[in-house]
Amino acid sequence: MTVRERLREKISAAFYRHGLLCASYPVPIILFTSASILACCYPLLRLPLPGTGPVEFTTRVRDYTVPSHEPQGDLGEQPDWYRGPPVAYIQPVLVKAAVSPWDSTLVPVDVFRSPLGRVFSLLEEIRNHVHDDGSLEALCLQVTDLLPGLRRMQRVLPEHGCLLVSPGNYWQNQRELFDSDPDLLKTVHQHEPKGLHTSATLRDLLFGVPVKHTGVSLYSRKRVVTYTITMVLGSYDARFLSSLRARLRQLHPSVNCSLREDHMVHVHFKEEIGMAELIPLVTTYIILFAYIYFSTRKIDMVKSKWGLALAAVVTVLSSLLMSVGLCTLFGLTPTLNGGEIFPYLVVVIGLENVLVLTKSVVSTPVDLEVKLRIAQGLSNESWSIMKNMATELCIILIGYFTLVPAIQEFCLFAVVGLVSDFFLQMFFFTTVLSIDIRRMELADLNRRLPAEAGMPLPKPGPLRPREAPPPPRPSPHTITLQTPAFRNLRLPKRLRVVYFLARTRLAQRFIMVGTVIWIGILAYTDPAGLRTYLAAQVSEQSPLGDGGAGGLPPHLGVAPVFPGPGGDPVGTLSVLPAPAEPTPLPENQSQGHHGAPGEGVPLVPQISWGAEDEEGWRRLSFRHWPSLFSYYNITLAKRYISILPVIPITLHLSPREAIETRHPQDTRHPPPPSLKTNDLPADLTLYKVAALGLAAGVLLVLLLFCLYRVLCSRNYGQNGVAHGRRRRGDLPCDDYGYSPPISEISPLLLCGHSMDIECLASDGMLLASCCLAGQIRVWDTQTGDCLTVIPKHGLRRSSSSGCWEQRDGWDAVGVAEPENLGGGTEPGGGVFDEGEGYPLRRRTTPRPALFENQPDLTPLIDTNFDSQPPSHLLLTPPRDGFDFGGLVEKAYLEHEPPSPGLTLRGNLIAAGRSNGKLEVRPNPESTPLHHGKRGGSHNEKAGNNICKRRVSLWDAVEGSLRCSNEDGVSGITALAFLNNRIVAARLDGSLDFFTVDINKPLGLLQYRGPPGRSNMPPSPCYSSEDVISCQLTRSVQCAHQKPITVLRAAAGRVVTGSQDHTVRVYRLEDSCCLFTLQGHSGGITAIYIDQTMVLASGGQDGAICLWDVLTGSRVSHVYGHRGDVTSLVCTTSCVISSGLDDLICIWDRSTGIKLYSIQQEVGCGASLGVISESLLVTGGQGCVSFWDLNFGDLLQTVYLGQSSDGQGVRQLVVLNNAAIVCDFGSELSLVYVPSVLEKLD
Amino acid sequence: MSRSGSGQTDPSRGPYIAVITNRSTTLVIRGFMLFSIGVFLALVLNLLQVQRNVTLFPPDVISSIFSSAWWVPPCCGTASAIIGLLYPCIDCRLGEPHKFKREWSSVMRCVAVFVGINHASAKVDFANNVQLSLTLAALSIGLWWTFDRSRSGFGLGVVIALLATLSTQLLVYNGVFQYTSPDFLYIRSWLPCIFFAGVITMGNIGRQLALYECKLMSEKTHQD
Repeated sequence: MTVRERLREKISAAFYRHGLLCASYPVPIILFTSASILACCYPLLRLPLPGTGPVEFTTRVRDYTVPSHEPQGDLGEQPDWYRGPPVAYIQPVLVKAAVSPWDSTLVPVDVFRSPLGRVFSLLEEIRNHVHDDGSLEALCLQVTDLLPGLRRMQRVLPEHGCLLVSPGNYWQNQRELFDSDPDLLKTVHQHEPKGLHTSATLRDLLFGVPVKHTGVSLYSRKRVVTYTITMVLGSYDARFLSSLRARLRQLHPSVNCSLREDHMVHVHFKEEIGMAELIPLVTTYIILFAYIYFSTRKIDMVKSKWGLALAAVVTVLSSLLMSVGLCTLFGLTPTLNGGEIFPYLVVVIGLENVLVLTKSVVSTPVDLEVKLRIAQGLSNESWSIMKNMATELCIILIGYFTLVPAIQEFCLFAVVGLVSDFFLQMFFFTTVLSIDIRRMELADLNRRLPAEAGMPLPKPGPLRPREAPPPPRPSPHTITLQTPAFRNLRLPKRLRVVYFLARTRLAQRFIMVGTVIWIGILAYTDPAGLRTYLAAQVSEQSPLGDGGAGGLPPHLGVAPVFPGPGGDPVGTLSVLPAPAEPTPLPENQSQGHHGAPGEGVPLVPQISWGAEDEEGWRRLSFRHWPSLFSYYNITLAKRYISILPVIPITLHLSPREAIETRHPQDTRHPPPPSLKTNDLPADLTLYKVAALGLAAGVLLVLLLFCLYRVLCSRNYGQNGVAHGRRRRGDLPCDDYGYSPPISEISPLLLCGHSMDIECLASDGMLLASCCLAGQIRVWDTQTGDCLTVIPKHGLRRSSSSGCWEQRDGWDAVGVAEPENLGGGTEPGGGVFDEGEGYPLRRRTTPRPALFENQPDLTPLIDTNFDSQPPSHLLLTPPRDGFDFGGLVEKAYLEHEPPSPGLTLRGNLIAAGRSNGKLEVRPNPESTPLHHGKRGGSHNEKAGNNICKRRVSLWDAVEGSLRCSNEDGVSGITALAFLNNRIVAARLDGSLDFFTVDINKPLGLLQYRGPPGRSNMPPSPCYSSEDVISCQLTRSVQCAHQKPITVLRAAAGRVVTGSQDHTVRVYRLEDSCCLFTLQGHSGGITAIYIDQTMVLASGGQDGAICLWDVLTGSRVSHVYGHRGDVTSLVCTTSCVISSGLDDLICIWDRSTGIKLYSIQQEVGCGASLGVISESLLVTGGQGCVSFWDLNFGDLLQTVYLGQSSDGQGVRQLVVLNNAAIVCDFGSELSLVYVPSVLEKLD
Repeated sequence: MSRSGSGQTDPSRGPYIAVITNRSTTLVIRGFMLFSIGVFLALVLNLLQVQRNVTLFPPDVISSIFSSAWWVPPCCGTASAIIGLLYPCIDCRLGEPHKFKREWSSVMRCVAVFVGINHASAKVDFANNVQLSLTLAALSIGLWWTFDRSRSGFGLGVVIALLATLSTQLLVYNGVFQYTSPDFLYIRSWLPCIFFAGVITMGNIGRQLALYECKLMSEKTHQD
């Protein structure tokens, strides 16, 4: 076994186990996957939104000069855009102000009123600062007009002059307005947009820090107000700026501030997406959606197509997100425009694997357990998935070596995306699929059970002894797949969509959910809405929850009601946190010590400067600057701004000042009771709760898991594998710790024949088999029930016409056989007289030469009988009896398996027709009927029985002889049945055309097929009262010089192949010979013709010829086999041939090039069949294998059972409903391939 | 052909299927669809190039994107219609029907990759033109290998790409338009790769459309 095969086995095994795992624990796996998706996507939160993320570049302030326009060489790190002056220089002045020490007499509004009030003096200071001859007026960016349409901004943003933005703008930079403003918060809030907002809001613009960091709120815990005065400078004057900095620091020293001041950051903004860009972008997205649509449209045979399609899309999208997230996590900042490359990434990663998985899983046998189906499906496709993934990775790796940064980045994303996509497919999608399939099966069961219950339980038991495969095939559910297929057929797609929508009320639910969410968001974000209320509630509740340190609740109750200025309740409340303080910080401790109610102890709000303040603008939306400038019709697209180091200002205000600046209405505000809850304890409790919750969760999961195992250990989990192991010993190819998934397709064994089966014939609904004992059994191919048994003596009894001269002779021969003697099934024992010596004498005259070159043991039925006739010709004198014995003996001498020669003794071969009639033929002429006829096109439903020179028609169900014809003079070697004609080829090379007429009594039309076949067109059929006559209409003498070996009929043509190296084509209607095709250098051994007039022939020379039936010209001629061609099948694209060398060759039909060949096991060479355009089935030692015709991949191997080891499949018949009948020994196997139903499309 | 078509439509009151299955009508429909696809793609891809200032059209008409070189989209449309009809025809003549990945999803993928190649040629910064051309050539070959894999497709693609490159050279030589930075005689060296990828893409679409028609025809014959 090569490394490749071993690897393949290993992969398949791993996938199988994985499939079992996924299907067994769907919910935990989905949770796990969701968690990992979220975890991988977490870094994305830090990323700017895809699209127009700004790019930064940092330079030192000290030796800063305005970059020149010309690109300077050798400045390697400088980005391309860093050329020329920036649009503007931004000089932020970060102000942190606090009232300190905090007095208990202060009301919440005091937290920010006086600090905000100081902005005006600061502004004044800044405006009036003069250094040398530079002033702000000279340096700053002069703006003229707001964009029209920004009326509501008009009063807030500066309309002319310097662009200087600060919170003071809310009050037009006038201290008086600020002082007389009764409600500062309301003023701030009134400019906020309602609803969701993602880009910079006015509040962000003016405060210059994110909302939650401003501290302008009634519930601020830190009591530190932070805001920025943003100066936008048009030109850079280092001296002015440094003097301003020095001045401000001198006025308001920041003691513990250690911000670095030596770097300025240049921020470059990408271009805005314009129309010209948008059109290609939209196009790619449209293509992307079309791709997704066409891909997901292929998902079929599942419970919820939409659900699975959604899952597929989610898989791909989240794998992309994960990819970006992971890349970010490991330090790679995406520079590509995410929106642009996204469709390409999706296309590269693709939905194919997901679809392949779905298809593979739904095409597993439906009667298996769900998890086995999943496991099988996964395992079947494992190799191709791994192969595809390896190929894609290789291609992308090649792309990585182009060394183009953009392509490299793309490839990096694609690689990580591919890997995470694989991960998600395996865990997320597989699990979703298992859930879906489980749902479907439940639904199907529910739907089907009542219908099936009403049906009579078919057939007596003993006739259908079944090998009991582990999951016994429940016959009612065998074809479960058809239910959805019916549904598909009946309803147009759009109707189904509408029904789906109507049934699930999807649209309404979406709208409802959307509305609820929207309302919720509105209510939550509204300033006067839920958030503030909730915050108040929470802060009110928390002290209570902490145990409400003795006697305090009354105070709490009082506090909001009487918020007197500086009144007692406030003081009381401010002390409340003390008992709840778990962490003893030094100040807090002291506060706790002195914190008696009503004692008003000063609390110093800490103003700290951290690294995050250094570049506080980073915390703003990246649309902050573009939107600020866009108000003045200045675009930042493809330009950059320079942000100068922050000037920190620390303001400490005394409580007295705070009280003085208070507005009379300020005290109306309810004082926040939450003042005491410190950050640290809150965090700690949070951690504790989280840890406890996590522990509890883990415990719960463990507990559930244990319960699960305890309760369901019998029939759950790895059951399938264990079962597989049990069977491992019997199966040849699994030493790898798992059973081939295939073994779960349980073939249906048809037992009943006491001896080896010789002939098979079928029309799709019925299957007739004939064994060496001469017994004919008719089976129902769908259920495997034996419908009729026609014992050999039954033949005689029913043939009351008295025209059976040879009957005795056959019986005698049959009895003379050792098997038949022992079998005792032959009731013909009374006719021993002449048969005794007759065959024995003949036995002494074998013709070995004849047998040497005959493919007589190849199991295909056609070949067997095709190759027989010459022996008859030579062995049999032109008298009424064949020399059966000689053949028999010869066969037994040379070949171990029973020779097809045994059929010569007069056994019957039967071919059932769809209406329940049967064609019954004794002996060599046992060519099965050609089954290409459509039910409606041929009226002849009876079978015929040809016995050497006779043609006899039999009724299949009743087993009664219907008619016989005995016009011929020579033995019949081949037989074909088309429309209402029967063509018989005889030993002497002549062709007889019979016409079968039915004189049907009126009113007897009835349907006689087995019950429950509602999917078959109920064709009228002919009851046993019909008078059926079979007349010889024409006989072509000397059609061939030598015996006819092959006879085929289709499409109104009859094609014969003979030992004389020629093929002849006859027209069926008038028996006219159209062509004689010459080209073979040996006798013809195989012919294929079908409805589409494809004619192929194979000869003893190993050559295969393709002919044009219309013109009689040879299309192609190839040599393919050493030895005879034993069988030939054509599909629309290729020709499949098998030869005596046990090789199956697949040829391209148009070019005649050999695509590939399959080496068969010895003796199984000719057992092959084509199920659909792309599915080939071949027989092997105790198994049948399915191949993908297009690629020559082995798809599946189905083992037919324990007893079949070492016994080759000799015959293989493909039925319409995708069952495969194999013949080995005395048993038949029905293998259902339900997947074919959907592979046919 | 048309006579038989009218003969069919007259007796049948529902002329839809008859018209559809009429061979010449379907040919026209197919050609028209291919033409419009070609025009659309030409417009879109031209936008990409114009953004990057790769091509320069005479300044008086550049004012409007859609009127810039009005003849370009129709030319592309005609070319794509011809190519799209040629491919299935050649397949038919050679007797080797194309069966590799005949699905609309695959076709869509192909189109997306084609647009992506154009995108890359217009937007990605390459170190030099050789690198750009080599990358694009590899991408185009990859496109062919992924979605076509037929010898006829490759051959036709190469031939048409060469022809188109030649004609572009001639056009530029005669001053109809020019490239901003020609590096291969008068044009950009990656142009043949783009042409090749475009031919493969249009051929793919054309084959898929033809397949659709085949299905309709066979359905009709079944009905008969």
